[in-house]
Amino acid sequence: MPLIEVTHLHKQYEKPAAAPVPVLHDVNVRVEKGEFVAIMGPSGSGKSTFLNILGCLDTPSSGTCLLDGRDAGALASDELADLRNRLIGFVFQGFNLLGRVNAMDNVALPLLYAGTGKAERRRRALELLDQTGLADKGESLPSQLSGGQQQRVAIARALANNPPLVLADEPTGNLDTQTGREIMEIFARLNQEQGMTIILVTHELDIARYARRLIRFVDGRVVHDGEVAP
Amino acid sequence: MRPAAMAGEAWRAMGMNRMRTGLTMLGMVIGVAAVVLMLAIGQGAQATVTQSIASMGSNLFIVLSGATTSGGVRFGAGSTPTLTVADAQALATLPSVKAVAPIYSANAQLAWGSNNWSTLVNGTTASYMEVRSWTLASGRGLDDGDVRSASRVVVLGQTVAKNLFSDEDPVGKTMRVKGSPFLVVGLLEIKGQSLDGRDQDDTVLVPISTAQTKLFGNPFPGTVRFMMAQARSPELMDEAESDMKQLLRQRHRIGEGAEDDFSVRNLAAMAQTAAIAARALSIMLGAIASISLLVGGIGIMNIMLVSVTERTREIGIRMAIGARHRDILLQFLLEALMICILGGLAGVLLGVGGAWLVARFADMAVVVTMGSIGVSFLFSAAIGVFFGFYPARKAAHLKPVEALRYE
Repeated sequence: MPLIEVTHLHKQYEKPAAAPVPVLHDVNVRVEKGEFVAIMGPSGSGKSTFLNILGCLDTPSSGTCLLDGRDAGALASDELADLRNRLIGFVFQGFNLLGRVNAMDNVALPLLYAGTGKAERRRRALELLDQTGLADKGESLPSQLSGGQQQRVAIARALANNPPLVLADEPTGNLDTQTGREIMEIFARLNQEQGMTIILVTHELDIARYARRLIRFVDGRVVHDGEVAP
Repeated sequence: MRPAAMAGEAWRAMGMNRMRTGLTMLGMVIGVAAVVLMLAIGQGAQATVTQSIASMGSNLFIVLSGATTSGGVRFGAGSTPTLTVADAQALATLPSVKAVAPIYSANAQLAWGSNNWSTLVNGTTASYMEVRSWTLASGRGLDDGDVRSASRVVVLGQTVAKNLFSDEDPVGKTMRVKGSPFLVVGLLEIKGQSLDGRDQDDTVLVPISTAQTKLFGNPFPGTVRFMMAQARSPELMDEAESDMKQLLRQRHRIGEGAEDDFSVRNLAAMAQTAAIAARALSIMLGAIASISLLVGGIGIMNIMLVSVTERTREIGIRMAIGARHRDILLQFLLEALMICILGGLAGVLLGVGGAWLVARFADMAVVVTMGSIGVSFLFSAAIGVFFGFYPARKAAHLKPVEALRYE
């Protein structure tokens, strides 16, 4: 069974007193466990919307999106929340850390919603920070960390419940080239060593080259799905 | 999400903007304090009135003689002595009546040593103490033997004792009433002011027979102007009233259709009116204070709504990593509830402190009960839930993708 199976996916945004704006048009994508996929496309091509639907943050207008065999479009909001919590780790361009909460508590947040006990939350958060090279930054607030460090905290948070799928929306977009490369190394390692499925949206071909498969969107349609162009 | 973890999150959120949380809480503090204080003052007033009523004696009637018509001229109640001591004895045998005390009183000069004092001397029977709920501080009260033999004995009220004897124990001493020697046999317990402001302790009791034959004389021997009667229970008040009227008409041989030559006044009705007025005051104070509590609650709703808008992105993030509707709802609800509970606690302390200050410096009776504390506290918690619910629901129903996109 593929991890992700998207068939005839359509998405349009309803606007009051105006014609609906189509964003995705008949998208069909299959992703197997352990794949590393990059999604590219010009602005407004629908790649972020596609990722949001995969991440259960948004719902399809029609078509099906099977995640681990479950139809995301047919699930109740609590079940979607559960999928976001256990199946998916999301990494954003703008990091999206809670500003007034220290790094360790940020990392532990998904564990909190999973109902993990306090001691275990702490242990797991420290372990994850150690994995992402931030063992000594647990007490720091996001504002005290550099962009790269913040993105590492966000990755550690995405990994908290050990999800099989990590979705990243332009994770290097706010970082300089060197730091971006470091972040991509982490994703590559997660994919190779732990067999984690990773799907990332990016503008840059250099970043996309870390992946082994490229999907290109233009005007809400998939125009290329296959090898990463050299 | 575990409840303890959830409370922790709410607590942390409160700490994020201390100034705003503090100001919101202040609204709650003032509201709850006002309710506690107003209830304390209202209940204090109520207690004062209840105490005055109880000190008068319970289930009381005053039976007045008079209201006779003589050649078309009607005289007022008490103007003609138509009631007799024998009437009192007869009324006391009614099953609905517990005790009857005939009273024959006049002012007289009292003296002991070099001190003297003028007061109302009440000639009455042993029943008087029971009817008026008097208790003794020391010595004994009047008894049937005193009345039968018209002995020269006197029972003093506290005010009289203080004026004549200062700090000495008057019991067993011989004093003068209107010049003749009387033995002080008892001292009444202190009672305080009556509802109309008279000093109830400024009184002395002597046997009615002594008052009529030896002290004041009586142009109509054996008659009294009024007597006090006590019904057996509050439920029997109506029955006692009609029984007494019937018996007196019969004893006075008043024909059908003729007017009573006496009147029976129900004092319980008066007491009830006073109690109702006091309760109305209490309720009104409580209602006014509740309005301030309501305003505090609306303040909380305001802040929570602002907070939801301000933290839309945070809500989006929480949802993206697995928070359910319920988690978000409970987080905001708990936050509002905690503000209310903490504000409520502080308000209770402030209210109790305020009540103490009022009692201490304004010299007013205040009564702080666990009930009034409990009510205002529960009320504040209810306000937290009620006014926290709308913003919390609003937060919980945000769409993750829209919340995340919010700038």
